[in-house]
Amino acid sequence: MSWIFEPWPWYVAGPLIALVMFSLLMVDKNFGMSSNLRTLCAICGAGHKVDFFKIDWKAQQWNLLVVLGTIIGGFIGSELLSNDTAVLINPQTVVELKAMGFQSAGSSYLPTEIFATSVLTDLKSLVIMALGGLLIGFGTRYAGGCTSGHAISGLSNLQWPSLIAVIGFFIGGLFMVNVIFPLIFSL
Amino acid sequence: MKNLAYLFIGVIFGITMFKSEAASWFRIFEMFQFQSFHMYGIIGSALLTGVIGIQLIKRFNIKSFSGHSIVIPPKTISVSRYIYGGIIFGLGWALAGACPGPMFTLLGAGFGTIGVVILFSILGTFLYGLVKDKLPH
Repeated sequence: MSWIFEPWPWYVAGPLIALVMFSLLMVDKNFGMSSNLRTLCAICGAGHKVDFFKIDWKAQQWNLLVVLGTIIGGFIGSELLSNDTAVLINPQTVVELKAMGFQSAGSSYLPTEIFATSVLTDLKSLVIMALGGLLIGFGTRYAGGCTSGHAISGLSNLQWPSLIAVIGFFIGGLFMVNVIFPLIFSL
Repeated sequence: MKNLAYLFIGVIFGITMFKSEAASWFRIFEMFQFQSFHMYGIIGSALLTGVIGIQLIKRFNIKSFSGHSIVIPPKTISVSRYIYGGIIFGLGWALAGACPGPMFTLLGAGFGTIGVVILFSILGTFLYGLVKDKLPH
C-alpha cells in the first residue's frame, strides 16, 4: 500500500476524474467546478446589482458540497496520504524555472516565490495571484465552463463548443508561459 | 444522504487532484512547456474513460440512481465566446497554476494564500456578469 503515499500516476488519476464525473451523472448532476464561482457571487448578493446572478443559489448547494469535499480532499491528500509533497517535474523544467528565479522548483508543491505566506507583502506575487484569479473567474464564465466542464465533461460527450473552448485554454496558457512569463520573470 | 454523496464525490476529486499533482503550479507550467506527458496523460485517460462511458450510457440507455435519463446539457452554439473565454481562462490557468477545482484542493492542503486567487476569481466572475451583454457571444 506504500504506493498510495507516492504521487499518483496519470493512469490512476485520469480514470478517477472520469469516475467523479460519472458519479455525479448517476445522482442527476453535472461535473463543473466554475459554476460555483457564480453561485458564490449570488450568495454575496450580486443578484441585487446584476441579473446574471439572480439565480436560485440554493439549487446549487449540492455543488458547494462538492467544493467542500474538494477542500477536505486536499487536506487528506496532503496531510494523511503524502510522505513528501515535492513535485518532481522534468529536470530540464527545473533548470529553466531556476533561471527564471524559482528556486523552489523541484523541491516543493507550489512555488514559494508566489504562494508563501511571507510574500503577502510582496506586490508582484499579490498581483500575480489577483490577476490569475480575475482571468480564471472572468474566462470560465465567458467560456461557460473550465477544465472540468469543458475538457472533461463536454469533450467526453463529444461537444464541439467544448473543443473550441479547450483550444482556447491552450492558446491562452501557451501564450502566458512562453511569451508573458519571460517578460515578468526574467529579472 | 444525497448531501453525503456530493461531499464524498468532492473528497475523491480533491484527493485525486492533490495526489496526481494536477493542483501543482509546476505541473501546469511543465504541461504548457510540453516537457512532460503527465498532465496530458491525466486529461487524456480521463477523456478516454469518459468518452467510452458516455457512449455506453447512451447505447444501453443507462439511467441514474433515481431512474432518470442521464443528460449532459448541450452548450449553446458559438465560436467567439468559447475561443475568447477559453483564451482568457487559459491565461489565468497558466499564471495562477490552478483551475476552479484544484484551487479549493490547495486551500485544504494548507496553502492559505491561494485564497487570494479564489477571492479574485469570484470577483472576475462578477465582472463578467457586469459586462457580459457588451461582449461577443
